Amino acid sequence: MNKRYAMAIDLRRCVGCQTCTAACKSANATPPGVQWRRVLDLETGEFPDVRRTFMPVACMHCANPPCMHVCPTTATKQREDGLVTIDYDICIGCANCVMACPYDARSIEHLPHYAYGEPMKSETARFDAGRLGVATKCTFCKERIDQAAITGQIPGVDPEVTPACVNSCISGAMHFGDVNDANSNISRLLADTESFRMHEELGTDPSVYYIWDGGDQ
Amino acid sequence: MRAQREIVDRVPPRRQMDWDIRGALNFIFGGAGGGLLAATACAQPLGVDLRAPVALGLALVGAGLFSVWLKIGRPWRALWVFRRPSTSWMTREALLAPPIFLSGALAFFWQSAPALYVAGLLGLAFVYAQGRILKANIGIPAWRRWSCVALIVATGLTEGFGILCLAAPVWPSLLSLAYPLAALVAVRFLVWRYYRGDLRRTGAPDGTLRSLDEFEFRFVLIGHASAAVLAIAGAYASLPALVAAGAGLAVLAGALFKYTLVCRAAFTQGFALPRTPSRGRGAPGVGVQPGWRQGQGR
Repeated sequence: MNKRYAMAIDLRRCVGCQTCTAACKSANATPPGVQWRRVLDLETGEFPDVRRTFMPVACMHCANPPCMHVCPTTATKQREDGLVTIDYDICIGCANCVMACPYDARSIEHLPHYAYGEPMKSETARFDAGRLGVATKCTFCKERIDQAAITGQIPGVDPEVTPACVNSCISGAMHFGDVNDANSNISRLLADTESFRMHEELGTDPSVYYIWDGGDQ
Repeated sequence: MRAQREIVDRVPPRRQMDWDIRGALNFIFGGAGGGLLAATACAQPLGVDLRAPVALGLALVGAGLFSVWLKIGRPWRALWVFRRPSTSWMTREALLAPPIFLSGALAFFWQSAPALYVAGLLGLAFVYAQGRILKANIGIPAWRRWSCVALIVATGLTEGFGILCLAAPVWPSLLSLAYPLAALVAVRFLVWRYYRGDLRRTGAPDGTLRSLDEFEFRFVLIGHASAAVLAIAGAYASLPALVAAGAGLAVLAGALFKYTLVCRAAFTQGFALPRTPSRGRGAPGVGVQPGWRQGQGR
């Protein structure tokens, strides 16, 4: 059976610190205004029973990705390990995939943007003109995962081959691994807890699980 | 007490900003052009010289495609659009364009009736493909339904017959098309009512429902009631100017509808929290879907 990489996020542990957001921006050099990963802040209930929940969101790397089906150019593809990728050299920036994604995960930047107007040295060094005018999104840090095939390390266990956001999580809320391996960390975690997936009713079969109860917190 | 949640960082549905007026013009021009080719094919038995509407239909389809070309981020890669016919309706729409222009050119230069019928069928398929492009975009709740496809097709055909009827003052023999135009206006009204009910039944973003609510009165009164009355009265009294006025309203309403659908009512899915998590000794709680008006069931 092929691997299927997935993420599990324990909503009970997430403290909304946005470290994953910052780690993603650092790892992927996304411009201001583009967040491949972000943390939603939700208040629910009525006084005095009010709750605050933090929910990290990004591309869900769906098993049935609507973005891929609508992409007219084949720029959006799905790898055998479940990762949904974008080929920047083929994408025409039609934004059809942006409309198809129910997770608001994709962005298209038509012009360069810098934090302070003029580019800083670090921004100049990491600027990629190939990302202008095309769709971009979370990659699950695929370069790291690809490295695992060379080094023999395990994504989700060894930090070098694990997405930057998961590595950065200060509360241990984020987990990563192969859900088709019954013995992986993530499979055992999901078996032991209660979880949901966002907008499952749309038939996208997303690869991000949100844990809300069960197991040891 | 304030109920519900504090909104931070795009939690509720937001109006899509990636398809602006240029994206809408693809549907406005392309839909009208495809509908006009279909209507022109239907008018072939009237024995009128239909080269002008054929040319206009092709020009509209071309203008729609040009508009979308202006919108895409990498216009010089536009030909990559043909690469995924297996699942992408945008690819299929693009694939329909060359045979539309070929059959349309044959109909125009050689006045070939079979070519005109082919162009009409392909024009109708083009309009259908546009409806399916919207339906496949499941991130926009206002689009991802069959009733939206039906509305796009009904609107395209109405616009096509409407544009033909605009020529009634020049070619009085087109007056008889006022009756099918009025029938199509009625069909579009019924499909519109079904579409609105569909949204209410299944649930939709507040913003979508508000945008359509604001648009509905003008759309129904001007684009349907007035248009149908003028078209029928004009045909009955043999007053081509009246028919043209009704047709103009029906066409204008169709364009405004597509602008509203693409640029105003197109709100994203937003996010939902089906259950709030347990924390410490606190039990899990009920969830929330901000900015969303739940469906009323079927």
